Amino acid sequence: MNNKENIKPVLELKDIKKSFGDNHVLKGFSLKLYEGENLVIMGKSGSGKSVMVKCIVGLIQPDSGSITIKDHDIITMGQTELDFLRTEIGFLFQGSALYDSMTVRENLEFPLRRHKDKVKNFKSTEESVKEALKSVGLLHAIDLMPSELSGGMQRRVALARALILKPKIIMYDEPTTGLDPITANEIIQLMRSIQKEYNTSSLIITHDVDCARVISNRMILLVDGINYAEGTYEELSNSSDPQTSAFFKN
Amino acid sequence: MSQPTSFLDRTKSFFAEIGDMTLFAGRFFGEVFRSPFEFKELLRQCYNMGNRSLFLVVVTGFILGLVFTLQSRPTLMQFGAESWMASMISLSIVREIGPVIIALICAGRIGSGIGAELGSMKVTEQIDAMEVSGTNPFKYLVVTRILAVTLMLPLLVILGDTIALIGSAIVENLKGGVSFTLYFNQVFDALKFSDVFPATIKTFFFGFAIGLVGTYKGYNCSKGTVGVGEASNSAVVYASMLLFIIDFIAVFVTDIFFEL
Repeated sequence: MNNKENIKPVLELKDIKKSFGDNHVLKGFSLKLYEGENLVIMGKSGSGKSVMVKCIVGLIQPDSGSITIKDHDIITMGQTELDFLRTEIGFLFQGSALYDSMTVRENLEFPLRRHKDKVKNFKSTEESVKEALKSVGLLHAIDLMPSELSGGMQRRVALARALILKPKIIMYDEPTTGLDPITANEIIQLMRSIQKEYNTSSLIITHDVDCARVISNRMILLVDGINYAEGTYEELSNSSDPQTSAFFKN
Repeated sequence: MSQPTSFLDRTKSFFAEIGDMTLFAGRFFGEVFRSPFEFKELLRQCYNMGNRSLFLVVVTGFILGLVFTLQSRPTLMQFGAESWMASMISLSIVREIGPVIIALICAGRIGSGIGAELGSMKVTEQIDAMEVSGTNPFKYLVVTRILAVTLMLPLLVILGDTIALIGSAIVENLKGGVSFTLYFNQVFDALKFSDVFPATIKTFFFGFAIGLVGTYKGYNCSKGTVGVGEASNSAVVYASMLLFIIDFIAVFVTDIFFEL
């Protein structure tokens, strides 16, 4: 990671600030995500991790700062351009956010049908859906409703949906929260295999230390709305700073 | 958001909500004529709303006609005016009772359904997921639902009115020995264009109001599962209130154009 200063990041946040009334959530947060990298953002609950990631996908407008994805400033971008750029980003929501009135198949078909220009070089809709489900090991669940799936299976289907448009960047918002340790580990291994298979850059929001240890190439600690510390898992977990080391204590 | 406590706070909150709802309606008109058009979802919603309300509307309409005729018969008989039964019932049902009762039923059935569905989609981040996937959730979820209720309610009201008149004809046939042919001849003699047309037009506004309130409440839902319940409940309350206000205005406007 030492030569990264010369490489262009696929995603860059500069001095992002966001407040909700008197609650100043982000006070100048910055990051760079490079191609093929797994960057983990750790922070306490309520530290603004989810707000930050929602700013990146345009769900929340930051008060100031810039967000650049593949040289496009998403804050000044028009809605049509933003919608197209969003096809380059996969987003795994904390609660999976599967459309519960649709089957697993329809959930995966939904983004494909909305972006026919992007998927014209893809295989047929049916094959793309099956391929994405196969990569998360849930081909047999293709005609089930989300309510018929366990929490871990829902998370996997959500991951398959996030992957279906073959995005370059994937954002994971607390991917292992609410799952038992075995299922959480399965999800982590799945994230690793997907990163290898699709060569995606991943931004992972978590406070699961095991997840961060296994998956991260680099980590940022988000404390009080700013980048408190940055480095590899080993560097941060061995830090002598009490606030940094507190994240890694059981 | 803290709950308003004093009367002044509640009044402010009420008017703020009216303002928000007006902006929401403005956004609907801004999006409805702009491509891409979600025809498939619109048809699916029309089918869902129409088909699922069918049984309720038929039962309500039938009982309405039946009971209304049974209750009116003794009074008309006192004045020897049974022959007026068909015209009185048909005018009352087509002009006023049919549209209002069916719209209220639909506010409960469809309005609360939309409020709960969109509310739960909101709190489980499904609407965010839709937006992140590059789909305009307002167009896909809100515009289609408002249009679907606006288009389906007049059809449901026409069906409900017809069934109510059939119910009324059955009572007249059993109690008064009036044949179905005579009864419906009297109905068609009594009903004029000025009775049917304004009553049908106002049902489009009823449908729009039910769709608007349901989608507004659901789309702006917060506070988790409690918020979903509140969205569903307040969608019915606000829509019902709005229906009476629209009905009041519709009667005045009809009076201006058709001199009731």
